[in-house]
Amino acid sequence: MYAQLVKSEASSETQADRDFQARIDRGDTIEPKDWMPEGYRRTLIRQIGQHAHSEIVGQLPEGNWITRAPTLERKAILLAKVQDEAGHGLYLYCAAETLGVSRDDLTRQLLDGRMKYSSIFSYPTLTWADMGAVGWLVDGAAIMNQVPLQRTSYGPYARAMVRICKEESFHQRQGFDVMMKMANGTSAQRRMAQDALDRFWFPALMMFGPSDAESVHSAQSMRWRIKMNTNDELRQKFVDQTVPQAEYLGLTVPDPDLAWNEETGHYDFTEPDWDEFFAVLKGDGPCSADRIDAKRKAWDDGAWVREGLMAHAAKKAAAALAAE
Amino acid sequence: MGAIALPDPLPAKAEFLLRMGDATLVLGHRISEWCGHAPALEEDVALANVALDLIGQTQLWLGYAAEETGAADADALAFRRDVWDFRNPLLVERPNGDFAHTILRSFLFDAWHLPRLDRLTGSADDRVAGIAAKAAKEVAYHLERSRGLVVALGDGTAESHDRMQAALDRLWPYAGELFETDATDAAMAEAGVADEPPALRPAWEATVLPALAAATLAPPEVVRFQAGGRTGRRHTEHLGPMLAQMQWLQRSYPDASAW
Repeated sequence: MYAQLVKSEASSETQADRDFQARIDRGDTIEPKDWMPEGYRRTLIRQIGQHAHSEIVGQLPEGNWITRAPTLERKAILLAKVQDEAGHGLYLYCAAETLGVSRDDLTRQLLDGRMKYSSIFSYPTLTWADMGAVGWLVDGAAIMNQVPLQRTSYGPYARAMVRICKEESFHQRQGFDVMMKMANGTSAQRRMAQDALDRFWFPALMMFGPSDAESVHSAQSMRWRIKMNTNDELRQKFVDQTVPQAEYLGLTVPDPDLAWNEETGHYDFTEPDWDEFFAVLKGDGPCSADRIDAKRKAWDDGAWVREGLMAHAAKKAAAALAAE
Repeated sequence: MGAIALPDPLPAKAEFLLRMGDATLVLGHRISEWCGHAPALEEDVALANVALDLIGQTQLWLGYAAEETGAADADALAFRRDVWDFRNPLLVERPNGDFAHTILRSFLFDAWHLPRLDRLTGSADDRVAGIAAKAAKEVAYHLERSRGLVVALGDGTAESHDRMQAALDRLWPYAGELFETDATDAAMAEAGVADEPPALRPAWEATVLPALAAATLAPPEVVRFQAGGRTGRRHTEHLGPMLAQMQWLQRSYPDASAW
């Protein structure tokens, strides 16, 4: 997902911890000024921070196509989408800031590799059909995770999710619309559509993270209601929803073992290559180095702008003070 | 897919509409090149927002221009014309450069664009008036933002000041073209569609000169202003590569009828 393998910190067992857990169990929303266990706070910073980083790194693979969009309407839609993603990054950094960490600090942790972003954005976007596949599959997978998070225990995070989910479903519909046009287009367009599905299918399945049945971190996060479903549940739901859509498009899911299972009422499917996932998350994905280089360059090149704006604001504040 | 053939000579109204739509298309495209690479997240949002407005305005201007030129639609005009058929002022095709160049380019254009649109809201052509009224609301925000950034960065640190002054030195010679006039403009004024561009200069100067003063920036002495974009006579070398990227997909897959 946009936050993958977030390490959860165990709670100690003081009376305050037990009271806190009782609030969560009652369905209370935790607000920034409320007491919270240190582990809850730090886990959320990692999770929300990683989610925010994913939004801003996620601008790059789509930004790659804004200047080559095939029509004015597609260009406008893609611009709106990439603008939304920057906005999502802003909401999420703001939510993280309520936990006592600054956006600049989180950004530095991304740029020096101490914090991660979603594995999916380390894959390249090579043809226009990839703009369809990213919307359809990547935003589709993100929605699976984010809709339940609207009910997460931490108020600012839940409220950010409500705004984000509205926009994500628009993105997913737009992505599917691009895939429809491509799948029903010329033979070259159909080839692009199939190629995009071939390249994005397994990376999309990886977005949910490896099976967490045995993970103590996941169990703790689920007790705190900052993780709402297991990775396997969400991945299965995604496959069950997406396979009929692929059939509708006349495209073939690149998994020879994909089959409907009458007994379980779900599709059986091949697990993605988890070695690849761990390598990508560690920074060895096809575009990992390029993505971070691009973000570092933007940050470094923009330093004089940020400093200039702050210097001017300070001058104005000083002048206003002197005039009083 | 080959370039489309425009009527020759181009009717005055078609030429006027292309001048409006090409300016917003080229500037919108240039600004969209920033996506994901801005100095701060707020700037990423704002730049994308401005680019989006300009591309939306392009759809309206070029949609109308398509009817006046016999082109199939706005996309045919955007994606199937070569450099010489573009009618944008040279200023907006200048490369992004650093953030100083990008913002100063926007400011010099926005300060022209807003009074242009304000006056067009009273156009004898209802459709022109309608497009202008919608666009003017958006451009008022573009100008407020670009003006604020020019003042803040000009009057920021020594480095931000020097970068803004360097951008002004480079871009100022392209401002003169915004106020040129020719037979097309005379015909549009005669028909009550649009005032001739020299009429916009007082409003432009009233915005630009005080802002530059507040920004502690000084316009350079210019012996000869650059021109040739809005007539299509002589574009810069920068427009061709931009079109090569923008039009590549449409041109590479001419059989595709929908995207």
